[in-house]
Amino acid sequence: MTTRTNSLKTTMQTSKNYEVRDPQSSIETQTLAINVGPQHPSTHGVFRMNVVLDGEVVTSLKPVMGYLHRNHEQIAENMSYAASMPYTDRLDYFNSMTNNFGWALTVEKLAAIDVPERVEYVRVIMAELTRLVNHVSAIGFLLNDLGAFFTPVLYAFREREKILDIFEEVSGSRMMCNYFRFGGLRRDVTPAVLEKIRGIVNKFPAFLDEFETLLTKNEILCMRCQNVGILPRDLAVNASITGPLLRASGVNYDIRKVDGYSVYNRFEFKVPLGPKGDVYDRYYVRILEMRESLKILDQALKGIPAGEIMAKKMLPFVKSPRNFKPPVGEAYGRVEGPKGELGFYVVSDGTAQPWRYHVRAPSFINLTILEDMCRGQKLADAIVILGSIDIVLGEVDR
Amino acid sequence: MDIEKVKIDIQKGAGPIALKTVRQSLLVEKPADLTAAAQFLKDSPDYRMDYLSSVTAADYLDYLETVYHFYSMEKKHGPVTLRVRVKRDNPVCPSLVPLYRGAEFQERDNFDLFGIIYEGHPDLRRVMLWDNFEGFPMRKDYAQEDSETLESQDIEWLDRHGIKVPEAARLKAEELKKAGKRALAERRVEDKT
Repeated sequence: MTTRTNSLKTTMQTSKNYEVRDPQSSIETQTLAINVGPQHPSTHGVFRMNVVLDGEVVTSLKPVMGYLHRNHEQIAENMSYAASMPYTDRLDYFNSMTNNFGWALTVEKLAAIDVPERVEYVRVIMAELTRLVNHVSAIGFLLNDLGAFFTPVLYAFREREKILDIFEEVSGSRMMCNYFRFGGLRRDVTPAVLEKIRGIVNKFPAFLDEFETLLTKNEILCMRCQNVGILPRDLAVNASITGPLLRASGVNYDIRKVDGYSVYNRFEFKVPLGPKGDVYDRYYVRILEMRESLKILDQALKGIPAGEIMAKKMLPFVKSPRNFKPPVGEAYGRVEGPKGELGFYVVSDGTAQPWRYHVRAPSFINLTILEDMCRGQKLADAIVILGSIDIVLGEVDR
Repeated sequence: MDIEKVKIDIQKGAGPIALKTVRQSLLVEKPADLTAAAQFLKDSPDYRMDYLSSVTAADYLDYLETVYHFYSMEKKHGPVTLRVRVKRDNPVCPSLVPLYRGAEFQERDNFDLFGIIYEGHPDLRRVMLWDNFEGFPMRKDYAQEDSETLESQDIEWLDRHGIKVPEAARLKAEELKKAGKRALAERRVEDKT
């Protein structure tokens, strides 16, 4: 972690020291229950928080969700395995490539499909580009919640746009990519695209430096984020928190390292950790993770081999995906999504449709500790804390 | 992880628990034993399964099943998969929330969609659907409401709010009411071969 501005520390008082009610005062006070959302710009979609306030301090907060619920799991159980691939794009619509990755990985585990090497490299490249997209926008929106209205977001979106152009070129769609197939990819990447990705990877650190110059030591950002919404390490582990939120609390757990799925075990990268677990750490861990992603991208672009883009076993199903019937069994596959552990649980009964399909959505489970982090904080800080969890309602509500 | 070794270790450490190997997972035969098994996995120095990754359910027509995936953040290994089967007419299973906070929303999700009751859960409410929703949509025998056909209570509501209802819809609703049926969508049966 870089140096923190020490002068600010004295002015910052954590809300633990804040006396909610003055016991000596004879003034009658009342708590106030308000609804934040569902239509509120800071909720990042349609999400509601039932907040009880004492003055400005949050005493209780109950998340209410389900406004976007479409029973994604049942829809997937009523269609073929391959047909759910475009549907996973709509889970976390910022990171469709990672969602495809998780689903493809799970079905490959279920049906024991070996994936060609080139495919693995392209998948890693796409997943890391997605991480860049997600983290820049997450930081942009976090700043939005802090009141820096849309200027940081537009800086972030300028860079995101360049990556989305790459996605459009390889898959045909900017956000709903539907690019992965079981055992391979929909089409190969051309050398021209790899050249463009190389260009992005070369220029991205300069953008991050610019972003950091404006933000990292910014006094307003530090004042609003440091010591706000602290998530203790033990609670984070116990509540199944994953992703940057967990690592900001100092737990070294990254599925790319632990499972080493795909070809991640071939690349050298560090897992950035935060010292404290406040909102500022979550912001800074995301910045550092982007720098690590760039390292992975650099190594992957250097090492990408030529070769097939579809496993031999899956070639018969390229033109007739509905005939694909995995053997009876079950599989739980997980990837390190930009928001946390994205898991898919699938049970096959030997037919062309899954018997059971379940998504372990990171944003949904990360919301478990929203109340713990917000209790005792100001309402304005609760908005920032929600922003720092980085939720996407398509995934929360499923 | 070698599932047979895990089975022996649990039975040694947590007392006589009836376990059965199902694929790469352990079936806890009596739901009441689940807490003891999970407590052992969490505390045992060999396992330290401090991270409950996923809690999910499935409907197998004869019974409902909850599946737990445990990992260890401390020792970085896993998963150990436990499963618990409960009867459809009495789907009661102990809650793991006292041990793992991470189960809180996931158990609520399973309660919402499968109707499995987790005993000991601090706040077992529907999480996605609204409170007075009837039925559990992820069960295989769930019949969806037909949104095209009006029922008599829909027509009453429309009449109260002064919305014109076509005569044909009114007759159809009468017919359904007389037969004591609800307007249910026909289940889409796809070629499962």
